[in-house]
Amino acid sequence: MSVAPATLARPAPVAGRRFSFRGAVEREWVFSWLMLVPGVLFLLAFVAYPFFYGIYLSLQDRPVASAGHFVGLANFVALARDRVFWQVNTNTFIYTLVTTVLKLVGGMAMALVMNQQFRGKNLARAFLLLPFIVPTALSTIAWMWLLDPTFSVVNWVLLHAGAITSGFSWLGNATLAMVSIIVVNTWRGMPFYGITLLAGLQTISPDLYEAAAIDGASLRQRFWHVTLPVMKPVLIIVTMFSVIFTFSDFQLIYVLTHGGPANATHVFATYAFDIGMSGGQLGLGAAVALAMLPALAVVIVLLTFYLRRE
Amino acid sequence: MVGGRGLGTRTLRLYLPLAFFVVAMLFPFYWMLITSIKPNRELYNARIMPLIVHQPTLKHYVDLLSQTNFLTWTYNTMLVAVVTTAVSLVLGTMMAYPLARMRFPGAAVVAIGVAATYLVPQPLLFIPMSDIINRLELGNTLKAVMLTYPTLLIPFSAWLLMGYFKSVPRELEEAARIDGASRLQAMLRVVLPLCTPGLLSAGIFSFTLAQNEFLYALIFLAKSDVRTVPIGAITELIRGDVFYWGQLMAAALLGSVPVAIIYSFFVEHYVAGLTAGSVKT
Repeated sequence: MSVAPATLARPAPVAGRRFSFRGAVEREWVFSWLMLVPGVLFLLAFVAYPFFYGIYLSLQDRPVASAGHFVGLANFVALARDRVFWQVNTNTFIYTLVTTVLKLVGGMAMALVMNQQFRGKNLARAFLLLPFIVPTALSTIAWMWLLDPTFSVVNWVLLHAGAITSGFSWLGNATLAMVSIIVVNTWRGMPFYGITLLAGLQTISPDLYEAAAIDGASLRQRFWHVTLPVMKPVLIIVTMFSVIFTFSDFQLIYVLTHGGPANATHVFATYAFDIGMSGGQLGLGAAVALAMLPALAVVIVLLTFYLRRE
Repeated sequence: MVGGRGLGTRTLRLYLPLAFFVVAMLFPFYWMLITSIKPNRELYNARIMPLIVHQPTLKHYVDLLSQTNFLTWTYNTMLVAVVTTAVSLVLGTMMAYPLARMRFPGAAVVAIGVAATYLVPQPLLFIPMSDIINRLELGNTLKAVMLTYPTLLIPFSAWLLMGYFKSVPRELEEAARIDGASRLQAMLRVVLPLCTPGLLSAGIFSFTLAQNEFLYALIFLAKSDVRTVPIGAITELIRGDVFYWGQLMAAALLGSVPVAIIYSFFVEHYVAGLTAGSVKT
């Protein structure tokens, strides 16, 4: 009884000789594209266009306030001869590699600790995520003061514990400045790993662990042979996300060290900013930013297809 | 598991590492707080024990609110975050809905495009973007950041929402259409209400991302009265070599409060949004 009137209620497609606006909009592809158009146009105008315009700029000698002229690959040749640029490469890779390992190991440890039963777990989780949600520039200001050359509380504690005899210049020494940005990035990013991996851990069925325990697997074996294999997709996605945004990090380093001392902590984004914005050489700056692309593209393409497959 | 040994293992496996993580993650915020209420004579005296406040004062807060544009910066930050979140949520929903639930030519290309734009980091685009904003004569206006933040937030919201939209059974929508609802009505009255948690997650996440944005605001907002909190603090409370530490910490703390409050109310949704992209539910 309920079927017959239901099919009669929509005669439009059958009788559709006459064009009706509503009939057209109800067609799946018309409706879909009507919904998509504003977003697609926006992304074309403000992501795709700037991207290709950036490539165009990188082939120009273009001071900020005047017209540019085409110089071919001259900007890239200049960068290849620029010692600072090669240092930027090294810095970025060290920064990305070390922080990723630290965040992955630390985040996994955090997730394993949090995956136990205890009271106040939700509260603990909320607190642990704070570094990740507070605006980075603001929390980095706190770290600047923690690492201040004269009034660093880290130095104060180390001095009073008798571990050192004079305070470190955390942000003034090339090696220590790199250590500092790595520590702060790890501090900020580890909760992202920790909480995401925790969600992954919670999807693992307890039966798997029980079965492994019955087979006589030790805790360590259970971790390597049950936890890690099940977590593999989550680990891959979280790590690739984090690599993309660490590799292209700007604000943490800009606020904490400005790329100094003597370029020791400059990464692609801060160096591109210095040349393109502070120095007003848009073409060369765009070239520095584009130098990120090969490494970034590999990760982005892998991740895009991995996400699509999932 | 009974008695001292159980407690011993639990201390070793749970309480000690948990305490370590909590202290490590929260110490910088503690430091923000106590620095902001220390008088200068305590701040700049290396002989006084720095871990606690001896004579708390609200002077830095008063100075921050009366001598700087902090309230304007806060207003700007909130206005931009709310507008961009709303725009991104609407456009993100409009993109995610057909991508998640409809079959049409071009769907695969658009889906890959959304994923790719989501993953393109800002530093790849900011130099050409600065030139575009200049040509549009939008420098030093909040419109500049309102136009550019959604480049991050739309793909993010769309990506997050696609997962939620896919989870609503097609039969519900079909039933509504059989009852005479148009596609738009079925979406607005049937599917979207069922996806409220997803919309909340996307909204909260976008809001925190908008508050966190730094690079575009730094480039486009060079005048004090259009600045956002992070940019105002970095550029006006640090002048050359002079750091107004007390005011800086007060600004950092107050600037974090709106995000922290919203986050504390919706922490579950935030975590759901965080994990939706990487963990299949």
